[in-house]
Amino acid sequence: MTTAEATLPRETSAPRVGRFRSFFSNPWGKPRFLSVWTWLYIIWTIAPVLVAVQFSFNNGRSRSTFQGFSLQWYEAIWNEASANFDDTLLPALMQSLKLALLTMPVATALGVGLAIGLARWRGRGSGAANFLMLFPLVTPEIVMGASMFLIFSNLYHIKLGTTAQLLGHVTFSLSYVVIVTRGRLFAIGRDYEDAAMDLGASPADALRRVLLPLLAPAILSSFFIVFAISIDDFVISQFLCAQDCTTIPIKIYSAARNAGNPSLNALATIMMLLSLLSITVALLILRWFNRRQGTGRSAVEDFARFEI
Amino acid sequence: MLRSTGGVVGQRRWYYPALAAPGILWLLLLFILPFYAIGAVAFGSRDQIFALPIPAWNPLEWQFDTFRSTAADLFSSSGLQAQFLRTLVYVATSVAICLVVGYPVAYYISRYGGRLKILLLTLMIAPFWMSYLMRMLAWVNLLTVKPEDPGLVNRLLLLTPYVNDPVNWSSGGVSHLTVILGLIYGYIPFFILPLYAALDRIDKSQLEASRDMGASPASTFWRVTLPLSKQGILAGAVIITLPMFGDYYTPNLMTASPENTMMGNAIDLALQGQGKQPEGAALTLLLSAFIGALMIYYLVSVSRAAKEAQR
Repeated sequence: MTTAEATLPRETSAPRVGRFRSFFSNPWGKPRFLSVWTWLYIIWTIAPVLVAVQFSFNNGRSRSTFQGFSLQWYEAIWNEASANFDDTLLPALMQSLKLALLTMPVATALGVGLAIGLARWRGRGSGAANFLMLFPLVTPEIVMGASMFLIFSNLYHIKLGTTAQLLGHVTFSLSYVVIVTRGRLFAIGRDYEDAAMDLGASPADALRRVLLPLLAPAILSSFFIVFAISIDDFVISQFLCAQDCTTIPIKIYSAARNAGNPSLNALATIMMLLSLLSITVALLILRWFNRRQGTGRSAVEDFARFEI
Repeated sequence: MLRSTGGVVGQRRWYYPALAAPGILWLLLLFILPFYAIGAVAFGSRDQIFALPIPAWNPLEWQFDTFRSTAADLFSSSGLQAQFLRTLVYVATSVAICLVVGYPVAYYISRYGGRLKILLLTLMIAPFWMSYLMRMLAWVNLLTVKPEDPGLVNRLLLLTPYVNDPVNWSSGGVSHLTVILGLIYGYIPFFILPLYAALDRIDKSQLEASRDMGASPASTFWRVTLPLSKQGILAGAVIITLPMFGDYYTPNLMTASPENTMMGNAIDLALQGQGKQPEGAALTLLLSAFIGALMIYYLVSVSRAAKEAQR
């Protein structure tokens, strides 16, 4: 189970039976077992979701017997004339989109400022601020949701609904923006800014004309990452919602077990496509940038190394 | 031509804190202060007529009656004790299975990914970016048992000679397995990712050195790879333990049975119900105290790693 093996010359392919036997005598010797395990794992994580997507196209009410392809459950979301029209689905989609689109600029602006400030500010208080920034990432959502619910209803007197949800979404997505931006900031280093400032630029000029253009890919991809995590969020949206603010995850939560029909799968599929699409865009931006920089590292690998 | 740099240096001093200020202020007002509000409500009182909470913002006015009775309830057999113990068992089992299932996957991709590495990584990360609720819905679809329709998983099982009647996934002993399956399915991507990062960071020359010194592949794994990936295992375990302790939607979606409720369900019930806010707040505090040590451990190790990266 080591790389050392990979450097050894490859065995000439043994006869089939022999290979089979060697697998059982020493299944750890070659990574065959591991490769089967990994592929089984991947199928197990993805297949249920694909089945759910498949049934959103079912030509019938069942969510376990496929009766042919149809788009009727997508029509049930927006076509009032459709036989299965459910007038709660489209508002949920709209609420999710509205929240995600509003969260994007606010969280990105605050997060990028916070990341630059924290990375370059070495004075007293920066350690505590760094710590503070990481806290929302490890706090269970129920604690964040409960705490905001309690303070909104008892002190701030913010009515539960879209505004409260927006404040909540910005709060938990802020730290993700900081993480993404900070990674880029470390990679860029301080040299460019120092050079600009040695040549007489003020910190504001250095920021605007040197650092921000260099950070553009991180800022853009933060934008799309925020969209994806906001649209996927359930707990905080639910705690900060009283009525008329049902998002797609809340709708799934309340309808999955009882009133479920494939229109719920259709709604969930739309949500999944939206968040996967925005993550792909975020990845492509980072990849394009990596290519141009010639770092030779894949953006997917960068993503997988995120220290969250 | 001597240009005074005093202005620039002066600007440097306040400029960066000023950039960070709005974000810090936001977190203070919407993250730290709300956390204090949990305490204020838990240690406050309530009005006699509507049972609305009257938070005690002044720590000198805190009363600990509600908190004390809630804490006692958590450990009394007539109260929430069963729910609390069940949460512990569910979380421990799920984390253990995540380790057994996830380690080989992370190991394989980091070591033997080869040409397929990017594809494997993409497939591994994909569930990370699918809504948790969508992924739970997928399992609800697969497991729902109706009189006319036993569900897809049951139909597959009925094909085997071992199962003759459709299994009801949401009652009896099986229901615990159903919830644990849901928890594992939901959280395992978050476990594998930090583990993969740790394994990928291992310097391959250390493994080669071990082999050159005559260690067998197995002992290289046990004595070099595993110890070097310990940080990743711990990080992954902590990062999934924390949300699992606050989970209430997984049991509600997977079985919706009172036999499977967790700590999170008790908090959810108290806070969303009428007149129970102080109890809900007290439970949230108890939960936070319980997992606080884990959170601090994780944050300290992450910020240490960040400092090293900065160097």
